[in-house]
Amino acid sequence: MKTKLSAENLEISFGTKEVLKKINVSFNEHEITALIGPSGCGKSTLLRSFNRMHDLSPDAKITGLLKLENLDLYDRAIPVTEIRKRIGMVFQKANPFPKSIYENIAYGLKINNLPHGKEVIEKALREAFLWDEVKNDLKMPATRLSGGQQQRLCIARAVALRPEVILMDEPCSALDPVSTLKIEELISHLKEKYTIVIVTHNMQQAQRIADKTVFMYLGEVKEEGETSQIFNAPKNEMTLNYINGNFG
Amino acid sequence: MKFKTRLSLDVAFKYIFKITGLLVLAALGGILAMLVYNSFSFFLDVKPLDFITGLEWNPTGKTPKYGMLPLILSTTLVTFGAMVIAIPLGIGTAAFIAEYASPKLKNILKPVIEMLAAVPSVVIGFLGIVLVGPGIADLASLPNGLNALNGAILLAVMALPTIITVAEDAIHAVPKTYKEASYGVGATKWQTLCRVVIPAAAPGIIAAVMLGVGRAIGETMTVLMATGNASLLPEGMFDSVKTMTATIAIEMGEVPYQTTHYFALYAIATVLFFMTLIANLVGEFFINRFRKYHAA
Repeated sequence: MKTKLSAENLEISFGTKEVLKKINVSFNEHEITALIGPSGCGKSTLLRSFNRMHDLSPDAKITGLLKLENLDLYDRAIPVTEIRKRIGMVFQKANPFPKSIYENIAYGLKINNLPHGKEVIEKALREAFLWDEVKNDLKMPATRLSGGQQQRLCIARAVALRPEVILMDEPCSALDPVSTLKIEELISHLKEKYTIVIVTHNMQQAQRIADKTVFMYLGEVKEEGETSQIFNAPKNEMTLNYINGNFG
Repeated sequence: MKFKTRLSLDVAFKYIFKITGLLVLAALGGILAMLVYNSFSFFLDVKPLDFITGLEWNPTGKTPKYGMLPLILSTTLVTFGAMVIAIPLGIGTAAFIAEYASPKLKNILKPVIEMLAAVPSVVIGFLGIVLVGPGIADLASLPNGLNALNGAILLAVMALPTIITVAEDAIHAVPKTYKEASYGVGATKWQTLCRVVIPAAAPGIIAAVMLGVGRAIGETMTVLMATGNASLLPEGMFDSVKTMTATIAIEMGEVPYQTTHYFALYAIATVLFFMTLIANLVGEFFINRFRKYHAA
């Protein structure tokens, strides 16, 4: 398996608060990797460092090497917009723009000067398993969709740009079980084309969809490996305690 | 506190708030009733259509002329000019403060702008006479600078703090998740501002502009001092104008009680009332249209 995304000696602090300590982790191409761990362990911080979302926080300090294949993600010569186009993101709470469904998909394409004809929009919506539900209401405000539909729209919006990696930050945490299953099915389907890193609090979810799982605790990676190994035969005692629900 | 006291306090406050609410309605209704009642006395003498479309305002002439079109046009011209200046400046400043300014600069800019709102209108009018007016006269080689442009510039300055403060609040209130979504698909800060943040803040920005328009239409002292008050049909920004508010302010003090001229001033006030009402309704209409996309 080819390594798609990697972090070497990554350290992140906000002001005086150290959030990530010497992280070394890599994610394989066309695999789903789940990041698990108790709240505040730095899962989301790690995830957001890959598409440079921390650029928006003036007090964030980042050291170490983050790479997309051989590309240094924090190389000053590369525009951050280019990186975010190649590494898409789906957020915890579905955040469609207050625009129509059509415009939500077209937005990213327009600002990147990509074609945004009806076929492109349709393809993205089909890929996100949303087309059949919205094909007659493309002009409807996206905010009228249900929570699950909104999140699939956000996935379609990310997919439309043909990224190489999709980062997902607890995409199902605000959804009901039925919508969650639908999105999990979608994520499993998407790995054929994309590399996916997903933060989740739901351990059943990690077991259902992830090929690899990374367990984090207090800003460090404690264990990583095949999902079945992490959940059935963890090597680290902390991992065992966490997956058994002894803390978290 | 005893349960009974708490309960009766609850009931008492419910009625107190109800009364204060109704008082506001009563005040508004009373003002409108007074304006309309006195206007009727005027319209017994002059036909409403002649009043609105008449080209000459000369109530003290040998044959008094009560045509208020020059006044309406004056008010419109000055307000329009003020908004042409104040809207881009105001929204630009608001966007700068909300999105670009460093916290330090923000802490200086915001109070300074709010202080601008505290400058009395007579002081602004004074500046118009000694500074802006002569400036315009020099630049455009006019005999004097007391004209619509002068009024528009001053009103823009007066409307700016309102527009900036309200628009900045609206821009600041745009959920962070919208911005993240936009950055997440590779948008730059500028693209995010223009295509996501400002449209999402549109209801608040329109409200800001409408408040600015209201301020400009209703402002009296500044325009009275700065625009020259010639009640002729204005042909451009360099003409002297006499706005509706200035007309009422100047003539009310000298008019004989309960004459046609006296009632005419009430009629002007009624028209003014409806102009601001329409401005507000238009604003409300746009606000609702944009809100459609926000409510889930």
